[in-house]
Amino acid sequence: MAFVQNFPFFSIILSLFSGPLSSILGGKAAKRLNIAVISMIGIMSCAVLSFTISSGESYVYMMGHFPAPWGNEIRVGVLEASMAVFFCVIMLLCMLGGERERLAEIEPEKQNLYYIMVNLLLSSLLALIYTNDLFTAYVFVEINTISACGLIMIKQNGRNIEAATRYMIMSLLGSGLLLLGICFLYDLTGHLLMSNIKEQVQLLNESGDYHIPLLVSLSLMSVGLAIKSALYPFHAWLPDAYGYSTLSSAAILSSLVSKGYIFLLVKIFYRVVGFDIVRDSKVINVLFVFGVAGMIMGSVSAIKENNIRRMIAYSSVAQIGYIYMGFGLGTTAGVIASIYHIVSHAATKSLLFVAASGITEASGDSTDFFDLTGAGYRNKLAGVAFTVGSLSMVGFPMFAGFISKILFAQAAVESLHKVLPTLIALALSTILNAVYFMKTVIRIYTPEKKSVAAQKGHTMIRIMDNPVKSAALVCFILLNLILGLCSEPIVRLFQNGLNMFT
Amino acid sequence: MNLANLLNNYEEAVAMILFGIGFSNLLLQKNLIKKIIGLNIMDTAMYLFLALKGYIEGRRAPIVVDGVQSVEAYINPIPSGLVLTGIVVSVSVSALMLSLTIRLYRRYHTLDLDQITTQLKKEGL
Repeated sequence: MAFVQNFPFFSIILSLFSGPLSSILGGKAAKRLNIAVISMIGIMSCAVLSFTISSGESYVYMMGHFPAPWGNEIRVGVLEASMAVFFCVIMLLCMLGGERERLAEIEPEKQNLYYIMVNLLLSSLLALIYTNDLFTAYVFVEINTISACGLIMIKQNGRNIEAATRYMIMSLLGSGLLLLGICFLYDLTGHLLMSNIKEQVQLLNESGDYHIPLLVSLSLMSVGLAIKSALYPFHAWLPDAYGYSTLSSAAILSSLVSKGYIFLLVKIFYRVVGFDIVRDSKVINVLFVFGVAGMIMGSVSAIKENNIRRMIAYSSVAQIGYIYMGFGLGTTAGVIASIYHIVSHAATKSLLFVAASGITEASGDSTDFFDLTGAGYRNKLAGVAFTVGSLSMVGFPMFAGFISKILFAQAAVESLHKVLPTLIALALSTILNAVYFMKTVIRIYTPEKKSVAAQKGHTMIRIMDNPVKSAALVCFILLNLILGLCSEPIVRLFQNGLNMFT
Repeated sequence: MNLANLLNNYEEAVAMILFGIGFSNLLLQKNLIKKIIGLNIMDTAMYLFLALKGYIEGRRAPIVVDGVQSVEAYINPIPSGLVLTGIVVSVSVSALMLSLTIRLYRRYHTLDLDQITTQLKKEGL
């Protein structure tokens, strides 16, 4: 066994233990530790990724060297490793981008608590990505929920505590359903490791026994994870949670937390139940319908919103809808498009949150749409970054969003009955996206009258005023361009990874 | 036939009914404390279900008292382990929910989530 193969385990344990360690450190030391841990895990994940690419196959890592039915397992393939690398990059950029806001908005003696939450969140995300055991996945889903709740309520005002409460309630409903589904599946198959469950499920499917309980278990798990990742009718908690929390929290929550659950759902589809059984069940049709509804309704709510942060939050609802629509297509191409959209949405949404904070900063900290007039001239880099993010969301060629849209459209053509609704929904949603994003871009590039500008407390912000945030913004823009211009190898990587799943 | 099945497995049916009661309480109650009680009923129903799945008629708990006996003597220990893990998770989320409730109560002097939302709108934050 090569030494590199230990790295996934190291990265989970490293971030898990750096959490409690942060509690005895001061704010600044905790911040440095956090940045160091994220970068180290990023580097280790890169090594794992290159190892899995060169070896060309996935491997199973036994925890404590106990063989399969007794011990817990980690499974690493190309897809898992690339997700881990990507999550680390996004998280690092989110933490860098929101540094000044965190200092201003979190009480000084509570600074280090924030880093406990971020470290735990990272470790739970990594565990969700790598684990090969369903019950472990459930436990880490709960750790993820608790630390995400901490990220929301670290800003101590009534609004945030209420948002955190609503978030917890919806999440607990979701995890209750997920746990019920896992227990049903354990009851049916007698296993908790994903690969063993899959063998048994295949046998059950061939014999035709317990068809309905299997279906119930699958739908319970899908609905549970859909609630947790804010699929359309379950999104009520989302705008408050993303709209009022501190900048890094909003960016991390929208781009990583919900994606972790979705990735777990992909694993359940491919590694636990088997995608052919999922396709034959009608569960994906339900996901398809709600995904399409989310694409439209999320954008409509975003158009009606006047607060720029909440507008971006509502746009997340629409984008989560895209991802579930991809699952609903029932083809591997659709799932690959969804995975690509997970990546491109994460890169774009965190860019938009960070850029929006730069814009509002230049407008006297007002998030109101009409106060943003001319903000693109006052904070040039944030203006450009916001434009890039908007164009990517709308699906302008060259940027990440375009590739995922074209992948969705190509995948739709393959499926028989869902071509028309998918293409119509894609077109409609693109137009709606364009309405609210372009409206904002035009607003921030409309010059403001000088007399009004002085009144509203507008300030000029230069790139060097906050070099860390500017660097994060530039990295985000580059990431978007890379995802948009060199999509071919990335898509092939995901294809390889998905093949390794089965 | 189906009714007979249901009666034979009445324990599972009870677990599912309890789950439903807990779930709907967590979803529909306005009072935060009642929501938390709903959460606990829901989790406990899961433990009942898991414990039932591990139980085998006529066998004893897998605790070694007088030397290890044959496998036939004990029930399946894994669901019991899962219940323990579940209890840990449930305790921590309940504690978190209760602390959030205390925070909200100190600020708004009510446990009704809808009233809190209306007060927040009045504040205009």
